Amino acid sequence: MEKWEDNRAWFLVLPVFVIVAFSAIIPLMTVVNYSLQDIFGPGNAVFVGTEWYKEMLTDKRLHDALARQFLFSGLVLLIEIPLGILIALAMPKKGWGVSASLVILAIPLLIPWNVIGTIWIIFTRPDIGLFGVGINSLNLLDVPFDHTARPSYAWITLMAMEVWHWTPLVALLCYAGLRAIPEAYYQAAKIDGASKWAVFLYIQLPKMRGVLTIAVLLRWMDSFLIYAEPFALTGGGPGNSTTFLSIYLVKLATGQFDLGPAAAFSLIYFLIVLLFSFIFYQALLNVGKGEKAS
Amino acid sequence: MKIKTAALIFYFVLIAIPIYWMLNMSLRSNADILSTFALYPENLTFKNYIKVFTDPTWYSGYINAMIYVSLNTIISLAFALPAAYAFSRYKFLGDGQMFFWLLTNRMAPPAVFLLPYFQLYSTFGLIDTHIAVALAHCLFNVPLAVWILEGFMSGIPKEIDETAFIDGYSFPRFFFTLFLPLIRAGVGVTAFFCFMFSWVELLFARTLTVTAAKPIVATMTRTISATGLDWGLLAANGILTIVPGALVIWFVRNHLAKGFALGRV
Repeated sequence: MEKWEDNRAWFLVLPVFVIVAFSAIIPLMTVVNYSLQDIFGPGNAVFVGTEWYKEMLTDKRLHDALARQFLFSGLVLLIEIPLGILIALAMPKKGWGVSASLVILAIPLLIPWNVIGTIWIIFTRPDIGLFGVGINSLNLLDVPFDHTARPSYAWITLMAMEVWHWTPLVALLCYAGLRAIPEAYYQAAKIDGASKWAVFLYIQLPKMRGVLTIAVLLRWMDSFLIYAEPFALTGGGPGNSTTFLSIYLVKLATGQFDLGPAAAFSLIYFLIVLLFSFIFYQALLNVGKGEKAS
Repeated sequence: MKIKTAALIFYFVLIAIPIYWMLNMSLRSNADILSTFALYPENLTFKNYIKVFTDPTWYSGYINAMIYVSLNTIISLAFALPAAYAFSRYKFLGDGQMFFWLLTNRMAPPAVFLLPYFQLYSTFGLIDTHIAVALAHCLFNVPLAVWILEGFMSGIPKEIDETAFIDGYSFPRFFFTLFLPLIRAGVGVTAFFCFMFSWVELLFARTLTVTAAKPIVATMTRTISATGLDWGLLAANGILTIVPGALVIWFVRNHLAKGFALGRV
């Protein structure tokens, strides 16, 4: 669609610009301000330049948290994207089953994030949880299952929770993509005697490219910002084994009141996220172009 | 075909089991939960729910959350509608950059904004008010609303606008009487997403409130950290936080799939 060229359209965008500036630009400036000073109290601050940045960039705990974050977000994509596609393919195409499936799929997405943590604590605790009691009664593990006992148990619980919580989003996106494929494509494939695998590979998968890009983008970004669920489930422990970037940042900022380092960390964190946003946004634009060309 | 359906039902059961377990806990007393392990509530009690509905420290949390979630949904829609129209219809100086900048706020880590928000809202005397949380949630909901609405609006041919303007419609009259009805599904889906992301958010809601506007999610985390945890009560609250979402899903179920693709399929 050809768009009209008119710079007066800015007047329509202005309200959004003002409100987002109030909630994004002003606070971000404050963070920049903090990151360059050592603050002892109100009205008592010393300019320290890039000292906090140097400190944070060489901080081992930050490196560990970043490594954990990449591992976590990578695992999230590896599990949730294929699983989501499979679920979308298995969903009914017409009848009452469609509405029922959609509603069931959407429920985990509408539960407050810390309640997700609560659900999984109650579900996996070794004294009252169905999963905790169930797995311990089998006596398979040398150390009884308790998500606070071992890093590996904490990670398993966290991944199970994450997959339970967000795979429905991927499935819903893929389902929307599948519904948009015209029936004629399937009929043509049938006439050609194409196998189910061929239909998936040459019709369904290419047609889902747009929604899959959105799914990968949303899951990567949101898992990169994860806070409430591990906070409610493990609080970052045992030790620091589930301390992701946001959890470490909040610990630094509100727990120890290290404003300078926390602010420098915030900006580094924000730049990493910005870089990913840009890459994904470009990918998204290219997908749009590709579809128009074909 | 049969295997596919069976696998799907198995998956839905897996989704349901943890929620069922919380429901089971919510219908038992705390002493009962800690002393016996039971797959279903043998000594059924609604004591936990009665406590939530009669104790103001609990039920006020739901009212507070509802107030700021509604405020946020209204603000987000009111601000996003004209902007989305501009992005879908006009080419203007810096439009691409502006759109990307909006999106980066959807992707920004809320933890980064935590400290300055507390300062900013303290300066304006807004701490512990509903509007503070509603405004803070605009950080990610306004960009999202613009994104979804733009997708829906781009699906409406521009010729409709042109015809209306030739017929002598003023812009506001065209927008409210002709254009909005055409994209009402999109508006509904957008409202649903604003509601959803404001309802599930914890970090801002917890930081910006003390008592007067404290939402249920914050009340729950404070109970968790306290000693002498009442699992039954916690579970009852957990179940009740699912209810508003489940109700809203029912209203938008037919547009849900399209909405989750952000109107861009």
